[in-house]
Parts: sequence; C-alpha cells; structure tokens
Amino acid sequence: MSMLHENRLSEIFRSSRKKLSIYLTAGYPKLQDTVPLLEILQNSEIDFVEIGIPFSDSIMDGPVILHSHQVALENGMTIDLLFDQLAEIRDYISIPIVLMGSMNPVYQYGFEKFCRQCGKIGIDGLLLPDLPLIEFKRHYSTFYRQNNLASVFMISPQTSEERLAQIDEATEGFLYAVSSSSTTGASNKMEDSQSYFEQLQIRNFRNPVVVGFNIKTKEDISFVNQYVDGVIVGSAFVQILEGGFDQERIVEFIAGLKGCQ
Amino acid sequence: MSYQVDENGFYGPYGGSFVPEVLFPNVAELAENYQDIMADPDFQNELKRLLHRYAGRETPLYPSPYLSGLYGASILLKREDLCHSGSHKINNTLGQVLLAKRLGKKRIVAETGAGSHGVATAMACALLKMPCSVYMGEVDMVRQFPNVERMRLLGAEVIPAVSGSKTLKDATNEAFRHWINNPEDTYYVIGSVVGPHPYPDMVARFQSVISCELLGQVPELTGKQLPDYVVACVGGGSNAAGSFYHFLDHPAVRLIAAEAAGKGLHSGFSAAATFLGKEGILHGTKTKFMQTIEGQVLEAHSISAGLDYPGIGPLHAYLHDTGRAEFVAVTDDEAMDAGIALSKNEGIIPAIESAHALAALAQLRLKSKDVVVVCLSGRGDKDLETYIQYSTSQKSES
Repeated sequence: MSMLHENRLSEIFRSSRKKLSIYLTAGYPKLQDTVPLLEILQNSEIDFVEIGIPFSDSIMDGPVILHSHQVALENGMTIDLLFDQLAEIRDYISIPIVLMGSMNPVYQYGFEKFCRQCGKIGIDGLLLPDLPLIEFKRHYSTFYRQNNLASVFMISPQTSEERLAQIDEATEGFLYAVSSSSTTGASNKMEDSQSYFEQLQIRNFRNPVVVGFNIKTKEDISFVNQYVDGVIVGSAFVQILEGGFDQERIVEFIAGLKGCQ
Repeated sequence: MSYQVDENGFYGPYGGSFVPEVLFPNVAELAENYQDIMADPDFQNELKRLLHRYAGRETPLYPSPYLSGLYGASILLKREDLCHSGSHKINNTLGQVLLAKRLGKKRIVAETGAGSHGVATAMACALLKMPCSVYMGEVDMVRQFPNVERMRLLGAEVIPAVSGSKTLKDATNEAFRHWINNPEDTYYVIGSVVGPHPYPDMVARFQSVISCELLGQVPELTGKQLPDYVVACVGGGSNAAGSFYHFLDHPAVRLIAAEAAGKGLHSGFSAAATFLGKEGILHGTKTKFMQTIEGQVLEAHSISAGLDYPGIGPLHAYLHDTGRAEFVAVTDDEAMDAGIALSKNEGIIPAIESAHALAALAQLRLKSKDVVVVCLSGRGDKDLETYIQYSTSQKSES
C-alpha cells in the first residue's frame, strides 16, 4: 500500500545527503521559545525538526526530556497553544516539521481534529511512540492520509523481522530507529550498536532510516551515518537549553554537530 | 455479555496494549504465552502448593458479629489480611515470578505504592531466587518507611521514583522506563489489573483464587449458593478483580467497588477515578483516569497510599460503564472511622485500603437476609502511624 506522501519530508529524502534533525520540546525553556528556536534551527541548516508535545507521564523519556516536559507544562504549554504558535510559520519556515508525543494529549484533543490542524498549518509528520500499529491501521491512518501527514513509526533492536516489514509498510516519511533499547538520553555508546546499524543498512527498507536516542556528538553522528540516512539529536540539544535560551550557544552547538558532515 | 478480555486485549472499549515499540516484543511474548503457562498442570500444582504451604491459603471467610449487628445482614470478611506478606498481593507475585522463570527471565522489576506489592514481590523473589528491583515514589517511601526496610531485608533493591508527584503513578512510569532499558532479561511484575494487555487479565486470573475459594465458602457458611453482595476497594483494582472474578457472570450477585474519595469527591484531593476520570491512555492501557482537559494526568490523593492512583484497570472501567459493578466513593475520614471501629469491636486492624470497603457498607441498603462478602484485602500494621495520627487529631478536635 505504497501511498508515499509528497510533502516536505519526502522531498528532503530524495537527496542522498545525510540528514540532521533536532528535537525540541514545545514551550521550553520558555513558553514563547518554540518559534524562535525553529528559526535558529532553519538558519543553522538543520534538515528537519521534531517538536515534542509535553506530557506529564511519558514513559519513553529519560530525565532531561522529562524535565523539559515538566517545565513546559508549568509554563502553560498545551496543544491549542502550540497550534496557535505554529499557525503562521509556513510563511517563513520551510524545513519539514514532525510532531511527536505521547498518545493521550492527542487523544483528548481529538485525533481527527488534531490531524486536521496539522494539515492546516503544514506539519509534515506525526510520531506517537505509544500508538500501536494495529490501532493506527484500525482507527487513525485515514486521518493521516487526509491531511498529508507522514506516519512515522519507531523500530528498535528488539523488533522482529516480520514486524519490521509491517512497520515499514505502514510508515511514511522515515523509519525512526532507536539506537539501543533505552529511554531518551541514556549513555549507551553508538559503537555498541554497530551490528544493529549494519543490519539496518543491508535491509532493503521502503523508507529512509533515521537513528535517534543517545546521539550527542559529531563523532556519534559520523559513526551512525555510515549506515543510515541521518540522525536525530534530542536530549543533548534540550540540555543546552536548560540554562535558558542562548542563541549563540545554540548556534555553536549545531555547528559542533555539523563539523564533520 | 462477556466480561472476559477479547483476543486483542480489550474489555469493550478499554484495555489494549499501548506501549512503545521497544516494549512490544516483551509484551507480545507474554500475551502469547501466559495462558498456556497458567494452564499447564505442573505450573498450577507448583503455584497451588506455594499458595497453600507458603502463603497460607485458603484464607478464612469470617462472619463478623460486629458488622452483622451494625448493618442487620450477614457480613462475611474474606481474610486476605491473613495471607503471608499481609495482603492479597502475594497471590499475584508468586504467580508472576513463577511465570517469569518459565519465560527464562533473569531479573524482576516492580512498582509499589503503599509497599504491599513491593514486599510481596520481594518475598516471591527471595523464595524463587530472582534478583529484584522495586520502584517506589519518594513521597511513599517516607510515609510507608517500614515497608522500605522490609523489602531491603528481603534482599530487594528499593529505588526512589523522583519524577512527577513521586507516588505510585510515577513509580509505575519508572518501572516501565527500567523495562525499556532492560528489555531482554527483565520481567516486570505489575501489581494491579493495570498496564498493557495481558497484565489486567493475567493479574485478575492470579487474584481470582479469592472468588474461587468464596464459591465453596459462602454455601458452607450461609447455605446460600451465592452471596448477594461482594464488596472490595479499588485503587488499580486487583483485590476487587479477584473478589469479583467468579461472580461476574452471576448477575444476581451485586458487585460493589469502593473508590477513595480522599478529602471529599470534589475537594481536589481525591482518587475516585470513575467519578472524576475520563477515558484515555495511561501506562499502556486505555482506561478511565483523572486528567486535565488537555490530557495531563492529575495527581491522586488518598490517605491510603495503596489507593493513591489516578486510574483504574480497564476491566473495572468496563464494569462501571456496563453497570455490572456499582462504584461508591469513600472519604479518608469514613475509611479511618470504619478501620478504627473494626479494630475496637472485632480485634482486626484492617489496612486503610480495605477500610474503604468496610465503610462502603454504610452506603448499601442491606436487608436482613442479605449475605455480604467484604474483601479484607490487607492488614493495617503498615498503617499504624496513620491510625495513631488520625486518632490523636480526632481526640484533640472533640
């Protein structure tokens, strides 16, 4: 059922250049920082961005991102507010944006309404780690398709062959491969996952593969990029925002990540 | 109508398995194997032997003269408080730790609120030679300190959960995170009928030993084939699920679930999930829980740490919506008064959790011929300090 979406995501993956993506939490470090951060990331030539929707009880996340969620919620971040902040961004932000988060806030907002809003704004993909494939197919895939939202799913070193095929088939945009079995921001070494990356490389996936979780340095990036189509940096980026929004520091951090590309 | 879980792990609209991909293989492995393992005669014999020789089953069904006199009906107490470990929790932990061994797992992780499930898990792990880590909210570690020491004495590692409200829901989050980080050799022993399929069904089955015994005990004591009421407290709902299990398909038996209303249903300090909650996805399952309009999980409050959970298991959400079970809300004060009264008049100090079920009796219109079973899920030794504080504050007020 290849229904490849033609949107900003599919477009950037047409080139074989390795992609660098950054994760940020909506409404962190300050409530109004979401859009200025997007602008800096676009100016720093980041290929695409993931915006995390904060949730009080995310089980996928380690301490750094959990803390950012807590602060964002204390700042007053909600899905409504995020959509308000993003309403006009397509006038000046052209890089693809993927929204990411736990299922419950989206479920409470109303899944269909959420997807419709994404479509209206020009969001390119949606990744809900605790949305099971079977539920996606049964209830929600239509809403993604109607709003030209790429359905991004995760795969892990634990995912069976059979299931990899099913996930690849349901996925649009890219496959999000976690670098090891862990929550976000753990300290696993990329070299320890080499054999997993090798398996990802030789498998003939329909979708490009991007690796996330625990990627912190340009060395990590160049190692992982030998095998896959790109990487996502999350906790390491969120961590540099902990002291507050500091443009110089952000630009420097991104330059450091891109150094060896 | 069936109250059994369907092949996809749902009770009507509730249940399912909403877990991140990293956990999918573990949960699927368990879903594929739990029924076969539990049906295996060797497994059943081993579990039955441990429940009898080690945990002290069967537990008595005790006709309470005090409560029967008070309410003018036959009130029978199912004495789960007499189980080894001090509560019904051991029924489930022995079962799950045995099952983990069958699956070839090497380590156990668990969450605990009041500490009852943590202690029961630590005991099963000590007995069955499995290394054990228990997550417990930092707040709960303070208010249930003797249980922390108990778990440590039993050889378990107790890890404080420092995120969120630092209570049971956060300990559950941390246990899930631990499992994500250790998916291959670790087994997660969930203490209630919550979490992704197959946990709600599996835990209900392990706890169903309670209602199974009642099927024999009620006729023996009362001459009636079935009780008119079965009453149990509900946090996540494991002792209620176990007490209701064999009566689910007997509509003549009224099932009463007592939820913790804390300082009052609308005080902002409550844990009554069916009254205050709505459908959503938490801890891998679709169920009812207390949350904001935006879907952020609310902190629960109950004087009893074991009921201090913002949600209920998916089976209970379904029993609520179908009307099969009736849910009543019991405040901190009502539960404390019922617990103190039972101590004074019957010589039984109930866990504050179980005292909620006792207090619920006052909300039923009982007739003299009614046979009412109340699950006394645990003993109150762990709650001594709370009882003392409450008694002292009552005296100073009067």
